[in-house]
Amino acid sequence: MLYSQKVMDHFTNPRNVGEIPDANGIGEVGNAKCGDIMKMYIKVQNGKIEDVKFKTFGCGAAIATSSIATELIKGATIEEALKLTNKAVIEALDGLPPAKIHCSVLAEQAVKAALSDYYTRQGIDPKPIAGEIVEDCEACHLAE
Amino acid sequence: MNRFVYADNAATTQVSDYVYNAMLPFIKEKYGNASTIYSIGRESREAVEEARAKVAKALNAASPNEIYFTGCGTESDNWALKGVARALKEKGKNHIITSVFEHHAILHTAQALEKEGFEVTYIPVDEKGLINPQDVKNAIRPTTAIVSIMYANNEIGTIQPIPEIGKICKEAGVVFHTDAVQAIGNVEIDVQAQNIDLLSLSGHKIHAPKGVGALYCRKGIKLQNFIDGGAQERGHRGGTENILGIVALGAAMEDACRDIPGRNRKFREMTDKLIDNLLKIPHTRLNGDREKRLAGNVNISFEAVEGEALLLMLDAKGICASSGSACTSGSLDPSHVLLSIGLPHEIAHGSLRLSVGDFTTMEDVDYILEVLPPIINTLRMMSPVWEKICNQ
Repeated sequence: MLYSQKVMDHFTNPRNVGEIPDANGIGEVGNAKCGDIMKMYIKVQNGKIEDVKFKTFGCGAAIATSSIATELIKGATIEEALKLTNKAVIEALDGLPPAKIHCSVLAEQAVKAALSDYYTRQGIDPKPIAGEIVEDCEACHLAE
Repeated sequence: MNRFVYADNAATTQVSDYVYNAMLPFIKEKYGNASTIYSIGRESREAVEEARAKVAKALNAASPNEIYFTGCGTESDNWALKGVARALKEKGKNHIITSVFEHHAILHTAQALEKEGFEVTYIPVDEKGLINPQDVKNAIRPTTAIVSIMYANNEIGTIQPIPEIGKICKEAGVVFHTDAVQAIGNVEIDVQAQNIDLLSLSGHKIHAPKGVGALYCRKGIKLQNFIDGGAQERGHRGGTENILGIVALGAAMEDACRDIPGRNRKFREMTDKLIDNLLKIPHTRLNGDREKRLAGNVNISFEAVEGEALLLMLDAKGICASSGSACTSGSLDPSHVLLSIGLPHEIAHGSLRLSVGDFTTMEDVDYILEVLPPIINTLRMMSPVWEKICNQ
């Protein structure tokens, strides 16, 4: 299995790793049983994602998709961030091996989970806006 | 500049000078078909029979005629299991015994035989990765055609009580096969004293090139042909002989079995140092029994770390190793071997196998010990699982 240079770059030098102590949105998806967990922290100010950080337990592709997802949404409006798709994540990484497509789904879901948490904290029901968060591993693998 | 450290000798090995020199004449000049009668054909025939004698000697087989050359260990396993089971089916034997943590070459063959109507009992292993011979004894039925238990496990390196199982099978009158692909050259094997009826081995684990293996089959055991064809291998395995590979396998067996205790001492010194030092990293465990394991095998799980990410980081530092994580197994689940010894999925994902070999040095070991702990630290620092462990 071969990773693109972009994947290897984001795996070797992941962007925005860590936590945000005063985050106003935190999302966690995946589970250790499957071997992938992504936790995403966002700091939203004036409708924009001012800061974003992540922590990931997972393979090279899981770390790279988390890293690129944070880059794609940093500075974006929350509406733009909600539109982030796993396809966009794959494209930004110059492709992923077929067995790793689920990692891009997980990255998309991690962003949505953090935004859902943000809406919930604002007293807004996130479901009509962010949709259901996929928490089941099998569902991610169906995308392969 | 990075060192290059090959620590995956359980996956395959480098061709040694000894084997390479033995092979050289057969790459180009000595190209005769061993089935022909003229000079270069006879030369090839002699080379094949010489290699067969070397393999037989290394296993203490009663006769070189009990050795059949094959294309790989997997072919040997397929042939042994399917060949014996199908031959004995007409006698009403429709039951097979194997273990849950065999190599897929056995497991998937057993599953294929289940589809043909055979019943298969899968013996469990304990948390140390060992099979209890009594479980095998209890599983034997009047209809059992064959018992197949691996000599040493390929992932966790545990060495099974093969002589005891061999004795049980002999007393019960059941055919006994062992997949010894990992054990060859690391464990003293005597097919006669250990009551082994069939044994699979592969060349590339002991410094021969890929593409050659052998099956030992005791005289008198009914074995159906697996590859029908010409008169090669006394009509039991058709196909023009892979002279180059066979010569290499003969030389490799001779070399690997020359001084097994000495080899083990050298390997053990390196793996003891690896195990002792890696276990100093918190939330780390050794998989498989500490003593009853191949001297060259280290299999360790690091909690909160995923195996593939670990392998990529080691690769960036020039270290070749392997893991039992789902991402490296090509399925949703981590290695069936690690799950069979009771490891939870999340810990199995963080496993690392280092296997030292004849070309590994203590300097390599020191380099691994220098590079590995900081990588574990880096991965844990970005792992939400580690965060949870620390907060507990």
